[in-house]
Amino acid sequence: MKCSELSPKMPREENNMAMIHSLIKKETLHILRDKRTMLITLLMPLVLLLLFGFAISTEVNDVRIVVVVENHTDRTRQIIEKLKVNEYFAFQGLTSTGEVESLLRAGKTDAALFLRDNNGMLKSQILVDASNTTSAQAITGYIEAVLHNGSATSQVLTYTLYNPQMKSAYNFVPGIMGMIFILICAIMTSVSIVREKETGTMDLLLVSPIKPLSIILGKLVPYFLLSCIILAIMLLIAYTLLGLPFSAAVVNVIVISLIYIILSLSIGLLISTIVSTQLTALIVSAVAFMLPVIMLSGMIFPVDNMPVALQCISCIIPARWYIEAMRKLMIQQLDIRFVIQEIAILLSMTIVLLTLSVKKFGSVK
Amino acid sequence: MRKAIEISGLSKSYGKLLALDNISLSLDKGELFGLIGPDGAGKSSLYRILATLSRPDKGSACVCGLDTVIDYGRIRTKIGYMPERFSLYQDLTVSENLQFFASLFRVSVYDNYDLIAPIFGQLERFPNRKAGALSGGMKQKLALSCALIHRPEILLLDEPTTGVDAVSRSEFWEILSCLKQQGITILVSTSYMDEATQCERVAMMDKGRILKTGTPQNLVAGLGENLYNATASDMFRLLSELRRLPEVVDCYTFGATLHVVGADGFDPKKTSGMLKSAGLSAVSIYPAEGNIEDLFIKLTLNERQ
Repeated sequence: MKCSELSPKMPREENNMAMIHSLIKKETLHILRDKRTMLITLLMPLVLLLLFGFAISTEVNDVRIVVVVENHTDRTRQIIEKLKVNEYFAFQGLTSTGEVESLLRAGKTDAALFLRDNNGMLKSQILVDASNTTSAQAITGYIEAVLHNGSATSQVLTYTLYNPQMKSAYNFVPGIMGMIFILICAIMTSVSIVREKETGTMDLLLVSPIKPLSIILGKLVPYFLLSCIILAIMLLIAYTLLGLPFSAAVVNVIVISLIYIILSLSIGLLISTIVSTQLTALIVSAVAFMLPVIMLSGMIFPVDNMPVALQCISCIIPARWYIEAMRKLMIQQLDIRFVIQEIAILLSMTIVLLTLSVKKFGSVK
Repeated sequence: MRKAIEISGLSKSYGKLLALDNISLSLDKGELFGLIGPDGAGKSSLYRILATLSRPDKGSACVCGLDTVIDYGRIRTKIGYMPERFSLYQDLTVSENLQFFASLFRVSVYDNYDLIAPIFGQLERFPNRKAGALSGGMKQKLALSCALIHRPEILLLDEPTTGVDAVSRSEFWEILSCLKQQGITILVSTSYMDEATQCERVAMMDKGRILKTGTPQNLVAGLGENLYNATASDMFRLLSELRRLPEVVDCYTFGATLHVVGADGFDPKKTSGMLKSAGLSAVSIYPAEGNIEDLFIKLTLNERQ
């Protein structure tokens, strides 16, 4: 039995529309009545964005630094002055060589800079607490920049494009969007369909004259609208609170996000045709989709650094392509032609998943 | 006259489990037909095929003269199906549930209100109560109203009285006989043997097979011939003593007494004398009237042998 088949007495289109309308109305009531779930759904994107945007940040601020100077010259004074005014440093003062180690060991300072004048040539040494390698690297970089700046010695000019201040919020916004939609769309649709299977109401829908395709539409439309609200919330936060550069290209961001939302909805639909209890639906959506999204999509760990096998697996994860496209559009501010590949992959994934799940949904045991 | 339901040679298995084994059955139009059998007898599997929710492996089933596999679309407008549990949207209110099911069948609640009025009447007082907050009996009535809202020709009720109190159960059977008078064919299943007498005809099912079909009166006729009640002060010892006797075919608890199925030469007086001398007190064995439950036990006993 295929859903595409019409029963002989199938009446006019507008009647079918009225039926879909009442299905959507019913589903909307389910969503609105379940206040707790709705609150979580709307608050989760907000909390995650703010958490990753402000609290969890990989940028290093307020580096506590002490300086050891053997004999002061204009050059050393200049460097100390620079450290004092630089907002990334918290200059703690001058100290003696003997003190440095105990300060570092006690965690009272993050780095120490030794300056020595050697017949007019400035010799310097950096001692840094590398118990956190990420921040140690950043600190060394900062100090080197201060030392080289304005000096006569040859220097490397570094420009960090697209995200000059290396703000971690920029980096996380696409990743979080990629995770939230999979999470909310897949979990909510699969659980709501499986709930109807469990309570037996799905059987009643199936024995009514309504077509399976209409049942699917009635399920997906409300969750699609809910996802649009979430998208609006996230974009609003990204462009205002997190200060992502805003431009007309936001239209592209929205279009690709909508494709990705439909893709996530089809994943939820597919899960619902495979599992038979709400709990398994939840576990499958969360474990099978959330973990790969976090680990393999490039949200946190760059895809290029992964072993080849994992890189191959990451190709089939929709979030990878979405996050890549979002980075190019939102952070690099590239034109839509640069994300054609990602759009094509996302679109074909959507079509395949949607067809597969609709087919599976309409088939009779 | 065209049969309302015609089932022939129907088989269905789920994996290794044979749920339906060569079932044949036919229902006349306007009949109140009962499907009696314990849990796992295959009643629900049969309902799912009749409701066009699953396909048979072998054989065919016709509902309103339409094949369940070929003409499923047209059957769906003609049947009202009420699954085992009262499948309602628990978080929707009474009237929202009714309106939703009406809209699925493209009818307005008022189109067929006369049909459901006697059932829905009690629910009208609280249209805004959530279906999940209703009592078992009220849920049953709402589910029945939802199944009737499009005025089906055939009503398929799968264990509608399970989990409902005794008063609501007897009320429910009254409702069914009212619906029958409106010309609706009703196929109702139950695992309560005592409800069989409420049906015009019954089919007894066990392990995917139909054991016997007929009117409840005909089925139990002749059962009382060798059937006796037996009581004693020590019922448990009585049971084991009786089961040991060669002239006793079967013995089982039946309410507060034991039912004894005697062989041809069974003499109640002689047996009770024997039991008294064996040390049992207050022994009494007297003729009993057989009912559907006795028949069911007898039929399943035959199956086993």
